[in-house]
Amino acid sequence: MFETLSDRLTDIFTGLRGKGVLTERDVDVAMREIRMALLEADVNFKVVKQFVKRVKERCIGSEVMKSLTPGQQVVKIVHEELLAVLGEPTRLEMSQTPPSIILLAGLQGAGKTTTAAKLANTLRKGGHHPLLAALDVYRPAAIDQLIALGKQLNIPVYSEGIKASPPKAAANAVQYARRNANTVVILDTAGRLHIDEQMMSELQEIERAVSPHEVLLVADAMTGQDAVHAAEAFHAAVNVTGLVLTKMDGDARGGAALSIREVTGVPIKYMGTGEKTDALEVFHPDRLAQRILGMGDVLSLIEKAQEQITEEEARSIEKKMRTATFDLDDFLKQMQQVRKMGPMAQLVEMIPGMRGAVKQMGGMPDMNDKQVKHIEAIITSMTRQERRNPGIIDGSRRKRIARGSGTSVQEVNQLLNQFKDVQKMMKQLTSGKMRIPKGLMGL
Amino acid sequence: MRDLFRRAPKTPTPEQKEHIEEAVQKTREGALGRISSLFREQVITGETWDQLEELLIQADVGPVTAMTLVERAREEVEREEIRTPVEAETAIRRQMVHILGEVDFVPVEDMPDGTVVLVVGVNGSGKTTSIAKLATYLHHQGRSVLLAAGDTFRAAAIDQLRVWAERVGVPIVAHQPEADPGAVVFDAIKAAQSRGAQIVLVDTAGRLHTKFNLMEELQKLKRVANKAAPDAPVVSLLVVDATTGQNAILQAKSFLQSVNVDGIVLTKLDGTAKGGVVFSVFNELKVPIWYIGTGEKPDAFAPFDHLQFVNALFE
Repeated sequence: MFETLSDRLTDIFTGLRGKGVLTERDVDVAMREIRMALLEADVNFKVVKQFVKRVKERCIGSEVMKSLTPGQQVVKIVHEELLAVLGEPTRLEMSQTPPSIILLAGLQGAGKTTTAAKLANTLRKGGHHPLLAALDVYRPAAIDQLIALGKQLNIPVYSEGIKASPPKAAANAVQYARRNANTVVILDTAGRLHIDEQMMSELQEIERAVSPHEVLLVADAMTGQDAVHAAEAFHAAVNVTGLVLTKMDGDARGGAALSIREVTGVPIKYMGTGEKTDALEVFHPDRLAQRILGMGDVLSLIEKAQEQITEEEARSIEKKMRTATFDLDDFLKQMQQVRKMGPMAQLVEMIPGMRGAVKQMGGMPDMNDKQVKHIEAIITSMTRQERRNPGIIDGSRRKRIARGSGTSVQEVNQLLNQFKDVQKMMKQLTSGKMRIPKGLMGL
Repeated sequence: MRDLFRRAPKTPTPEQKEHIEEAVQKTREGALGRISSLFREQVITGETWDQLEELLIQADVGPVTAMTLVERAREEVEREEIRTPVEAETAIRRQMVHILGEVDFVPVEDMPDGTVVLVVGVNGSGKTTSIAKLATYLHHQGRSVLLAAGDTFRAAAIDQLRVWAERVGVPIVAHQPEADPGAVVFDAIKAAQSRGAQIVLVDTAGRLHTKFNLMEELQKLKRVANKAAPDAPVVSLLVVDATTGQNAILQAKSFLQSVNVDGIVLTKLDGTAKGGVVFSVFNELKVPIWYIGTGEKPDAFAPFDHLQFVNALFE
């Protein structure tokens, strides 16, 4: 994987520092790095070209050349330009006379059905009475999938089975919603290829049958260069009014969103961030911009931590850290929780600037299951008193613990030293010498 | 009154309709037009190389790999005194075909009786459809197949596989939704052994490769399969959506670490995406592509042909 763009740009400009005045050529070197970073993030190459051109113009015409930290200045400009393209978060367009009609469309496997359920759930939380309509008569069991999701959420699902004509079923669904006082209808359509003329004209027929207030294009965050082709074709066929970016809980950089937004001008409205039916978020341009740049994703890290550690636990740990009563029992618990979040190396890389540091260290030693199990065995072989106050563990206690846990005295020593380091680090943290983002306290 | 608040229904005019067809056509032929303009030039220029690099990037080969390929072709051109852009492009094609031809493997149809195939991948990549297609394909090759409905997580995934099993005419072993997928795999292998089915195809729940617990669950499935079929090969096929960009490399890396991916099924090649990222996956991780999927029909499936694949990248 690449280091962050920010690190790379800083590097380039540091190398140029001794030169005095920067030339346009020097800026070109930086632009090449930006181009690479964006291409790595799957931004369409045509969009990259235009984007880099804009950034270059701003760089040359600005204070970058005279700045003491040109690298940071360039990153700032890139970031601002990204935000400008990505646009502000936009709300759904709702009809003043219900029901509002939302049509979901997209390629196969983009996540339309899951998004339909999530959207219904979100809207219900906002006081709506949603109706889901299953119009995918092609994929086996697609209708069953939506019905099952509806049942889970206790949200009604309208379906006319697999023999139905999707445009007719769509119109009937809207009628049904009117009769049943549903305030919003979410139409889940079959996945279709943008070059499949027959399927694209079916989508147009559905649009014509119901005149939706929103046509949301559901796109996979992992999509590559082809994203623009699909988006352009969908936008040409039906009037797309918003974009939902799915599978953002993975590690895709999400450059496709930038491409789609640039070529269609359609605002990004939601992001899908997990498999659960509540994992739908309003779009955050800032987070996506940072992600596209590979600038670390502290927010995601915090979310990951929060998935594993409840607020209450975090608070109790924080208190223990402050009062220096963090003991080996807590240590073990922490380790097990961190372990659940995934490989250490991957976590560390989410912290801005850490990727480079890890590389310098020659990679991050990854703690495997076995090691965690050993540590568990060692700690559970200690008496309660020993766990609370490791200072009392002398030579003979160490021998006993090693025997009891089936490990060696060296391993016991290693663990005790590790724990001492952790304690030291905590003292520094709580005395304010180091700052960590809130929410990471639990770590 | 209601109509005042609604947009007027759109009936596309003939021009609009034409516009759509045009857009579709343009998308289809976009790359092709670029290539022909490339070949109008008589001699290789810096522009030639830039355009070739862009072509590779557009096919999702990725900027680093694209650069390396162009670099190598450039060296060859200088060595061999090649002059025309057509020859320059051929040099790159040759490189790619050569690299993809490096690995030998036994395809599923030639595997011994008792083989268990775990079909894995991220959400929406096309695992279930690929299983249906692979089952059809193996069926045509005279192998008997049994399906295991190992995706007990996604709503109606079991029903989806069941419909396919019926259409293809192969037996299926399925449990209830939310059942332990390990138990499904175990039962399916035992059922195959007693019924004499030669190959077990295991559908698994889609999982993002960054979800640690889900990747561990996959390892467990493989352990269960190895235990239930101790003398038979257990192979893992990773399903990759051709529209996926550079993230496919990270996906392959994680699945490789978890269940040692033996081969890739590249799906959705019937669109305009070229799936060029699998070239980088192969180049970096040496995971070969075994099959390709090109549509929703059960027979839209074929063994991977690296020559054809590379040629399609340049179309």
